[in-house]
Amino acid sequence: MTTLARKFNDTDPNVRFLEEVSERTAGVSRLEMCIQCGTCGGSCPSAADMDHTPRMLFALIRAGMREEALSSNTPWICVSCYHCVVRCPQDVHIADVMYTLKSMAIQAKLYKDSTAPDFSQTFVDMVETYGRSYEFGLATRHYLKHFPLRMPSMAPMGLGMLSKKRMDITPKRIEGIEQLKAILARAKQLEVVS
Amino acid sequence: MNKYLFYPGCSMDTSARAYNESLMAIRDVLEIDLAEINDWNCCGATEYLGINLIPAYALIARNLALATKQANGTRTVVASCSACYLNLAKADHYMGEREALNVHVNDALAAGGLSYKPGSLEIRHLLDVIINDIGLDFVRSKVVKPLKGLRVAPYLGCMVPRPDYKKRWSDHEHPNELDRLLKALGAEVIDFPLKTHCCGGHMTQISPSTAFELIRRLLQSADQYRADVMVTVCPMCQMNLDAYQRETNQHFHTNYQIPILFFTQLMGVAFGKEPKELGFGRELVKANQAMSRIGVETPTEEPKVQPRRKKPTGLPMPTMPGEAVEEE
Ligand code: SF4
Ligand code: SF4
Ligand code: SF4
Ligand code: SF4
Repeated sequence: MTTLARKFNDTDPNVRFLEEVSERTAGVSRLEMCIQCGTCGGSCPSAADMDHTPRMLFALIRAGMREEALSSNTPWICVSCYHCVVRCPQDVHIADVMYTLKSMAIQAKLYKDSTAPDFSQTFVDMVETYGRSYEFGLATRHYLKHFPLRMPSMAPMGLGMLSKKRMDITPKRIEGIEQLKAILARAKQLEVVS
Repeated sequence: MNKYLFYPGCSMDTSARAYNESLMAIRDVLEIDLAEINDWNCCGATEYLGINLIPAYALIARNLALATKQANGTRTVVASCSACYLNLAKADHYMGEREALNVHVNDALAAGGLSYKPGSLEIRHLLDVIINDIGLDFVRSKVVKPLKGLRVAPYLGCMVPRPDYKKRWSDHEHPNELDRLLKALGAEVIDFPLKTHCCGGHMTQISPSTAFELIRRLLQSADQYRADVMVTVCPMCQMNLDAYQRETNQHFHTNYQIPILFFTQLMGVAFGKEPKELGFGRELVKANQAMSRIGVETPTEEPKVQPRRKKPTGLPMPTMPGEAVEEE
């Protein structure tokens, strides 16, 4: 009896998935060090709303299950509270891995609900245009698109914030906006090569 | 006079105006010199990090680069917003931890004629500076009106004590710094079990019911401990707990009325400053009843201003509920 020679492709993106996630995370992610202890899920205030606990999600990543991992709602439900991060026995940069997964899901268009990606994108568009965030414009554009029915219930708050001068009607722009744009344009090119 | 470079963040002159006003009012008492970083930009909050890595860090690092150029005799950057503080600290920390990130971010900064060497600045939250540089003995010596009888829930939120790259806090889950500060002001501080739990962050915008549940837990706990007010150290926490308290109540058919104040406002009261200098009255859940309990009269209403419609500068702006109501 012979064993059939099976060919594995070393460049298979699924085989390389863990590496890729780790590579695209800001610091040294230490995702490879996860021992699947489950401390993260047990510490998470949002676990009940997640498709997968962080531990399960990391198991999917290791198993190369790209599509399942990138379409999980878990990174979108993560509120970056860092409870899991300070408790993880392996110092996995869990919250930062969640950010990485969001950006990968956006690029692969695998997110299931567009509310969060749209919110982030609207926010980023404003920052890229003005250099400052602009709550008034942000909330309005976002609510109209995603929660039109909440608009009436938001009215008292919106009015309160306006009359108490806690919201700007017009956005502020930084002086060095051209400098900032040049920096971000270069950063986006680098994002592609890295 | 302790000198600092100051990163106010976008909220300080909008939603967290009361934080800014009260901080400016107590600067002289604390003998601190806060030099605002010239032409700082938004740190991207928790939004940019989830879109593009290098641009997100380059956006943050521009502020660090500007700060290093602005010599005013210090290398300490103070942020008043927890999310700003963490973002600035994160960029400095990860650029130091991972050379590839450092190289890319500096490559991007160079396109704007800037650079930043990780480790050249010390990034700290305002509360840390008050506790560890100025010190509680000094604070205590400045108290002229102790907050005797005011029951305060000290709420830190998540991003100040965690992940705590530089190990500055007494504990990651139950740090005592804010409690000690409020006690130094003479307040009655409850042992708030949820002091570093999450307020929902940007979930109020994305998944309101998730956020309302997190907000409800905080309000309920503070209420059970019979807190008169809750104190925050972050514009976003204050915004979530104050501005969304009404909606949270509607959602759960509850009726919590817990005023949410900034710690600097209570410091100002204890230092004998006028409440109107300290941004009182800007909170949506009014603090005047709670404060009158300790004999402090605070304004309830800001003078009403008619929002004037300006030419939209660039963005196609839909109307805000407030504006629509006025037109009708
Ligand atoms: S706590 Fe850390 S080691 Fe444990 S499962 Fe989560 S990520 Fe893995
Ligand atoms: S950082 Fe995210 S995953 Fe970790 S405990 Fe908080 S919400 Fe859960
Ligand atoms: S965290 Fe918020 S307030 Fe701070 S700079 Fe960023 S957007 Fe502005
Ligand atoms: S408590 Fe809320 S605003 Fe404050 S850091 Fe946590 S999520 Fe952000």
